[in-house]
Amino acid sequence: MTTTAAGKGTLGTRTMRMNIGPQHPATHGTLHLEVEVDGEIVTNCRPHIGYLHTGFEKLAEYRSYNQFIPLSDRLNYLSSLNNNIGFALAVEELLGIEITPRCRVLRVLLAELGRIGDHVISVGLQAMDLGAFSIMLWTFVEREKLYDIFETVSGGRLTTSWTRIGGLSRDITDDFVPLVRKFVEYFPGVLDEIEKMLNRNRIFTKRTIGVGRMSKEEAVSHGVTGPLLRASGVAYDVRRARPYLGYDKYDFEIPTHPDGDVWARYRVRMAEMRQSIRIIEQALENIPAGPVTALDTKFALPDKFSVYNDMEALIHHFKLIMHGHGFQPVPGEIYSCTESPNGELGWFIVSDGTRNPYRLRCRPPSFINYTAFPKMVEGAMISDMVAVMASMNVIAGELDR
Amino acid sequence: MVAVFGTVMNAVPILVWAERRVSAWVQDRVGPNRVGPWGLFQPIADALKLLFKEDIVPDGVDRVLFVLAPAFAFIPAALIVTVIPFGAPMMVQGEPLQLQVCRGNVGILLFLALTGLGVYGIAFAGYASNNKFALLGGLRASAQVVSYEIAMGLAIVSILMSSQSVDMNAIVADQTGTWMGFVPRWNVLRQPIAFVVFLVAAFAESNRLPFDLPECEAELVGGYHTEYSSMKFSLFFLGEYTAMFASCCMITTLFLGGWSLPGMNLASTSIPFSLLTVGVFFAKVSLLLFFYIIIRWTLPRFRFDQLMQLGWKTLIPLALANIILTGVLAQR
Repeated sequence: MTTTAAGKGTLGTRTMRMNIGPQHPATHGTLHLEVEVDGEIVTNCRPHIGYLHTGFEKLAEYRSYNQFIPLSDRLNYLSSLNNNIGFALAVEELLGIEITPRCRVLRVLLAELGRIGDHVISVGLQAMDLGAFSIMLWTFVEREKLYDIFETVSGGRLTTSWTRIGGLSRDITDDFVPLVRKFVEYFPGVLDEIEKMLNRNRIFTKRTIGVGRMSKEEAVSHGVTGPLLRASGVAYDVRRARPYLGYDKYDFEIPTHPDGDVWARYRVRMAEMRQSIRIIEQALENIPAGPVTALDTKFALPDKFSVYNDMEALIHHFKLIMHGHGFQPVPGEIYSCTESPNGELGWFIVSDGTRNPYRLRCRPPSFINYTAFPKMVEGAMISDMVAVMASMNVIAGELDR
Repeated sequence: MVAVFGTVMNAVPILVWAERRVSAWVQDRVGPNRVGPWGLFQPIADALKLLFKEDIVPDGVDRVLFVLAPAFAFIPAALIVTVIPFGAPMMVQGEPLQLQVCRGNVGILLFLALTGLGVYGIAFAGYASNNKFALLGGLRASAQVVSYEIAMGLAIVSILMSSQSVDMNAIVADQTGTWMGFVPRWNVLRQPIAFVVFLVAAFAESNRLPFDLPECEAELVGGYHTEYSSMKFSLFFLGEYTAMFASCCMITTLFLGGWSLPGMNLASTSIPFSLLTVGVFFAKVSLLLFFYIIIRWTLPRFRFDQLMQLGWKTLIPLALANIILTGVLAQR
């Protein structure tokens, strides 16, 4: 504790050290901030991380590639689909597998739905941390509808484990397209409603404009990605910079905002959801027919019918499933990244030619983004700190891995 | 006293229930609907649950203040209700019976004194809890209540000037009658600026959103009542809702014509008429409470400095200007 003016016999003032978290309503998940406050002003902030450390990266070394997919769900648990897709793409790049056109389009569709699901909750939590509790519940209603869609494709709602190396766990059902179409039609109305509640709300604008400002240079030097970077005025999006899944064929914009404050992040997220809707609309127009899983049965499981009726398929099935077998990529290493809702989600995989990765390292956007947090809140008030925290959408599962 | 307690103790559970149902309605949810008809007994179940909870007194607290604080939060709020005239006087056995517990001509002053006392509960709780979040909450509450009290007092001054009395009954009587036969001569129309200032200050005094900084959950966990449990916590809870109820009663009396409605025969002192006026009063209060609840579930909350700015730089000058305006208009 620092003492500023405490002479003998005089009243001194000193800063107070507060521990915000790991159990605190504003630290969604288990974040811990050690904060020095001078009255209401934050003079120093030290984030402590690791409360939700699960050792995913080490666990991956004892699992085959497909077995890691359920673990990838639990990174950023608000957008498990995006993690599944990102991981599958990285391994497919390592193996050199070409996925089917239908799988490509479906992955784009679900990635964008996942992005909307993440952003809408993030905006809701941002409003909730500023006191507008109802908006958070409205956004949760929307996410439930998204989860209904996820359930039809993967069987799971929160932890989807939807992709497989070389394809998907299963094809979409008949009710998928009508469900998505319905969602796409009415969801912009929900966004309008949220904007109606917040955009011209004087309290909301006063609490967000100019709060937690991060300049372009600072953002770049911290390696910040995703909506935070774009809210600081840098139009960097992995979907454009390093197109995957045929994103270069879709017509969409990368929304940016010059201010780099909490308000800008809110605006960018809202705009991104509208762009995602555009992408989904385009993807819905042409879902190619055909299988969803690559036909190369060295990597992808053959379908059940042929396993029961075909000798060859049965052998492949055994080779992939049995302990000690499974596909074995050639030795090598790969870094592959996708644009997850929070930013660039990268996977660095080293293969030594066995069925398990020799080393797997994840570049979690939350972790890198979080490094910029202490600087943003120094000199701000406690209330601002909460607002900044909410605007960054730091997810502990992804932060601590 | 019994009457006051009875009113408060009946009003608060209904209010809690209404808050939950209205918030559920705002938020697209169902709300409590299992305990009793439409979930009406839910607050009773909650109160019982709280009664049976372990009463925790943490280490290092200032025991006396820690125990006193909830009482300080609740009792002044409940006492405010005593100065409110609930209805027209009724004739009982040849004697006029005023429907006001604390008769006399200093109702307003008592109201101001009691709202001022209310802050002690929160300040004590914040100080005595030996918890940093509680301390910050207590500090915020004290600063907030002290500054908004001034604006509130100044708003009342202009009402006193126009009605020329500090007696609550006289203020109500002053608001009877109409313009052009149908527009009521309520203070909300005669003193719109005072009404707005008073309304905002009343929101701030009752520590509700958008002014719920003392306990704002997202920052200070629970603010001043972080360390309280069981019945002590429920006293704070009661105190908050009682304060809200009391301030709605006050707004009704000062600005919405109290128990009167235009077109009433005020000379009547029959018991049915008196009961009707009580009904009118509570109808007005209920509408105000509904407004309170809707606001709470719609707006985000202020930041501390913005709150102070609003209080000192907007409301107080506005109230002062209103006093001058009232004075000038009265001179004509």
